[in-house]
Amino acid sequence: MSGAIDTAPVHAAPGDSSHARPAWALSAPALMLFAGVLVIPLVMTVMLSFHDWGQYKGIEPVFILKNWHEIATDPYYAEMFWRTFRIALLTTLIAALFGAPEAYILNRMSGRWKSLFLLLILGPLLISVVARTLGWALLFGGNNGLMNKLLMSLGLIGSPLRFMFTETGMVVALVHVMMPFMVMSVWAALQRVDPQIENAALSLGASPLTIIRRIVLPQIMPGVLSGAIIVFSLSASAFATPAIIGGRRLKVAATLAYDEFLNTLDWPLGAAVAVLLLVALVLIVVGSNALIERRYAEVFR
Amino acid sequence: MRTNGPLALIFHTIFVVFMLAPIVVVCLVAFTPEGYLSLPTNGFSLRWFRAIANYPEFVHAFWVSLGLGALSSFVALLFAVPSALAIARYSFRGRDAVAALFLSPLMIPHVVLGIAFLRFFTTIGIGGSFAGLLIAHVVVVFPFALRLTLAAATGMDRSVEMAAVSLGAGGWTLFRRVTLPLILPGVISGWALAFIQSFDDLTMTVFLAAPGTETLPVRMFLYVQDNIDPLVTSISASVIAITMTALILLDRFYGLDRVLAGKSDPER
Repeated sequence: MSGAIDTAPVHAAPGDSSHARPAWALSAPALMLFAGVLVIPLVMTVMLSFHDWGQYKGIEPVFILKNWHEIATDPYYAEMFWRTFRIALLTTLIAALFGAPEAYILNRMSGRWKSLFLLLILGPLLISVVARTLGWALLFGGNNGLMNKLLMSLGLIGSPLRFMFTETGMVVALVHVMMPFMVMSVWAALQRVDPQIENAALSLGASPLTIIRRIVLPQIMPGVLSGAIIVFSLSASAFATPAIIGGRRLKVAATLAYDEFLNTLDWPLGAAVAVLLLVALVLIVVGSNALIERRYAEVFR
Repeated sequence: MRTNGPLALIFHTIFVVFMLAPIVVVCLVAFTPEGYLSLPTNGFSLRWFRAIANYPEFVHAFWVSLGLGALSSFVALLFAVPSALAIARYSFRGRDAVAALFLSPLMIPHVVLGIAFLRFFTTIGIGGSFAGLLIAHVVVVFPFALRLTLAAATGMDRSVEMAAVSLGAGGWTLFRRVTLPLILPGVISGWALAFIQSFDDLTMTVFLAAPGTETLPVRMFLYVQDNIDPLVTSISASVIAITMTALILLDRFYGLDRVLAGKSDPER
């Protein structure tokens, strides 16, 4: 995502302090904005997770580990976080399994078709997620929803599946919401691949399967993995889709935090859930980024 | 380059159908003449689009979203343009850290941002206000405004600026007459992309909006939680149409594939 910054040409010599002052002056307004209304609120949220709360006394600004203790010991939270990450992982795997081949197919199309289908596949990214999830709710709707009718007429399933208020439905809708990120990421990796390498392999007698396995896949793998990181972190913190498809009982981290804040009003507990989600995601994202960069060091150089 | 075989094209067709199905279904159901959710089997009707007018809270939420999107994207650009110029032109200690901080709202889950802003705004006494929503939206759309402005500032031909300087232009005149017009396509695209992000945000805004400052996605979400009926499909269809219009605008000014594929440098 920071591609623009990495490629920015440097006009002044590094460490040239005479150029530092105007740069800081130009970024000062935005820096103050970020310090004032992003860093401070985040710090306050971490502090909030250590405060006490009671039905009648409200929030008490004391330092206790009550909320963290509750999350660590009550199996409800372990189950909820496990569900959150299970759904995110499944969504990521499916998105990679279908998104990567689709990006490859798109890349082999001729100019006009390529732009048309790229627009059709990436366009939904910019359409309200409520509208998109509503579409899935309509497709799922009950035992004789369109989705079940289609799957049964194709003979893929014998009896109707339950999609609404199930993890299956959440994963299907989330895959749809996340797919553009995966296609985009693999697409970007494909732009760096020289098509002549494939032709060379072909002329040397390699079968199409061998070419995909030995030539294409290793080259787009960094794109698949960075797409997977984006999809995983967005799925694990998704709110609208789990809330609409999952209903009130099937909670994930984001919908549980929402409930604590706006229904139960136990803000400190909700803050603890949110902080834990943030910390877990940061660790997973930073960790897998480091792994990928070490594994594919030559690609990123 | 080799072409796609029949298997690849079948896969591609199923994939595109999957991507478009929920959107097409919403738009079709919106035209139903019936009083319940159904595909329009006996004729198309605009009754559910006309029905929107009877729900003033949706109309009001639409105006809130529109105003909030337009204003927050504009304010974000006021902060982003100077920052983009600083990052594009100067090499200074801490440049990478500054850039990372500016892009950080992309990495933080919106549910965490919503909670953080809710706590912050209630503490300083602007909870549920439009001002609070505006501040929060400026922060989350800032990275989008910055990225496209930065791409334009990086790809800009500096020799025109140097010519202007040699002719005696400086400071504000140089910016207003030379630099800004040159980076304007990037700035406008940044505004449009930021607008779409603000207009669509639900997860953060749902924590911050109060009755009266509810945005359209929030209003729709709260409505859908209680009941799903053709009204909300006609509203969704309208939102999809508005987004399409913004997309066309973005495409005209900048090239949509570049925006979406995250390719920043126009020269590449």
